[in-house]
Amino acid sequence: MTLALRGVRYRYAGAAAAALEGVSLTLEPGHVLGVVGPNGAGKSTLCLVAAGLAPATIGGELAGEVRIDGVTTASSRPHELAQRCGILFQNPTTQLSGTSATVWEEVAFGPRNLGLPLEEVVARVDAALDALTIRPLADRDPERLSGGQAQLVALAGVLALRPAYLVLDEPTSQLDPQGTRLVGTAIGELARQTGAGVLVVEHKTDLLATIAEQVAVLVAGSVVASDEAASILADARLEAWGIESPSRIRIERAARRAGVHLVSEVEA
Amino acid sequence: MQPSDPAASAASAGPPGVPAFVQRPPEGAYRRLNPTTKLVIAVVEALTAFVLRGWTGLVIVLALVVVTAAVARIGRAMLPFMLATIPLIASILLVNTFLYPGATDAIVRIGPLTPSWSGLEFATQAALRVVAFALSVAVFGLTTRPDDLVSDLERRGLGRRVGFVISATLRTVPRILQRAGEITEAQRARGMDTEGGIWRRVRGVLPLAGPLIFGALTDVEEQAMALEARAFSAPARRTVLRTFPDSPAQRTLRWALLATLLLVVGLSVSGRLEFLP
Repeated sequence: MTLALRGVRYRYAGAAAAALEGVSLTLEPGHVLGVVGPNGAGKSTLCLVAAGLAPATIGGELAGEVRIDGVTTASSRPHELAQRCGILFQNPTTQLSGTSATVWEEVAFGPRNLGLPLEEVVARVDAALDALTIRPLADRDPERLSGGQAQLVALAGVLALRPAYLVLDEPTSQLDPQGTRLVGTAIGELARQTGAGVLVVEHKTDLLATIAEQVAVLVAGSVVASDEAASILADARLEAWGIESPSRIRIERAARRAGVHLVSEVEA
Repeated sequence: MQPSDPAASAASAGPPGVPAFVQRPPEGAYRRLNPTTKLVIAVVEALTAFVLRGWTGLVIVLALVVVTAAVARIGRAMLPFMLATIPLIASILLVNTFLYPGATDAIVRIGPLTPSWSGLEFATQAALRVVAFALSVAVFGLTTRPDDLVSDLERRGLGRRVGFVISATLRTVPRILQRAGEITEAQRARGMDTEGGIWRRVRGVLPLAGPLIFGALTDVEEQAMALEARAFSAPARRTVLRTFPDSPAQRTLRWALLATLLLVVGLSVSGRLEFLP
């Protein structure tokens, strides 16, 4: 049972070059896989392909194979994919349906689309609100939330569909530090709480260092490195790939260059 | 679950588990009417005001609107709707009073301008039609939440796409206005003068329109994908969260109103209502 990309090549409709080339990744349930890369590396495209929205919804050409628990995305319909793999985009406001008067109804939007019995809708909404600890927002207007809160509500809306996998496309990119902490903490808990496999694309390597077990580096549409998070995020080649190392690593390097010995909390 | 938890504290009668703040039971006799009943009343009132010639339809509709506004206790809230009609009413009165074709009953001569009694009567009727229409819509809008109407129409079999378009449109207008405000603020911060005389304001609209339109178009693709990612295209009929009380009396009223409207339209078109004042 995995979300697996095998030799994926994807080209947008009308584009001369492929946005992804020979990408192979595997995500297991209950694990967090981070993807990091410079601007224009194809990270958002990877998210669309992994979630099955490309080419199903936006067109383009897909070669290779994307399988979610053994079923290819190419053979699935969008509403079936939505229940297998949820996706969260960068901008919280464009993900809200814009039709709900309260957060509770916004989270219920997906389960209602599936035509589930009302008791099941209620159970799913309550579970999603609890999983992200946003139940106190339940009666609020979704249009009047902070960026971090809106992103959590959007994530709850995806969780309510109970997908086995979640694809998060730079979920904190438009958030302030407080919003980033809020969403980052929630994502870190998601895999453990729900058992879902989480693929998170992030610029912020500090955040990935705290939540991801494995990290893949995407450069110019191809995976150039993939390993355990601690190993990849300490890789000296990150800067050359246009990716900023986590602040802890940068401080350690700067201290070494300056001949300063840092004492870790454990040593202290 | 903590006592301060809104979802927990608000659980009440109605569909099991659905919090009371989602059910939002309306208060007051008119507001408690089924949303579709209120929609039919508004449509019939608004159309009758235009279909019935002369003063009869206007008097009937305005009387109905005043009565329903009084019952629903929304008299003061209707003021903005009245004010919104002023520019249109003013132009109707001016144009028709002064330029009514073929009028010979001049009120007074002011140089080349000759306002006429027949023009004034026609203008007053036309203006009151606009007022009756606006107030019919106002009574409906002020007593019915868009979500309630869409929920009730969906329960009656309205397609989810139609329901989504209605609901999203009603909620998109304030969002666009908010975005326009943000763009204006950003442009003002960069030195653009967006206040002052009318021409200066008109010049300020152009730089606003670009980001507003292109920004909205950019959002559309992501919104469409977000909808797909939330199973919007699932073939099942959407789960209904709220049901609104309906009754045989309301059903009878709706059909009676629609039948009356059809009858009035038929009689009016065939010229059989010419005897009405």
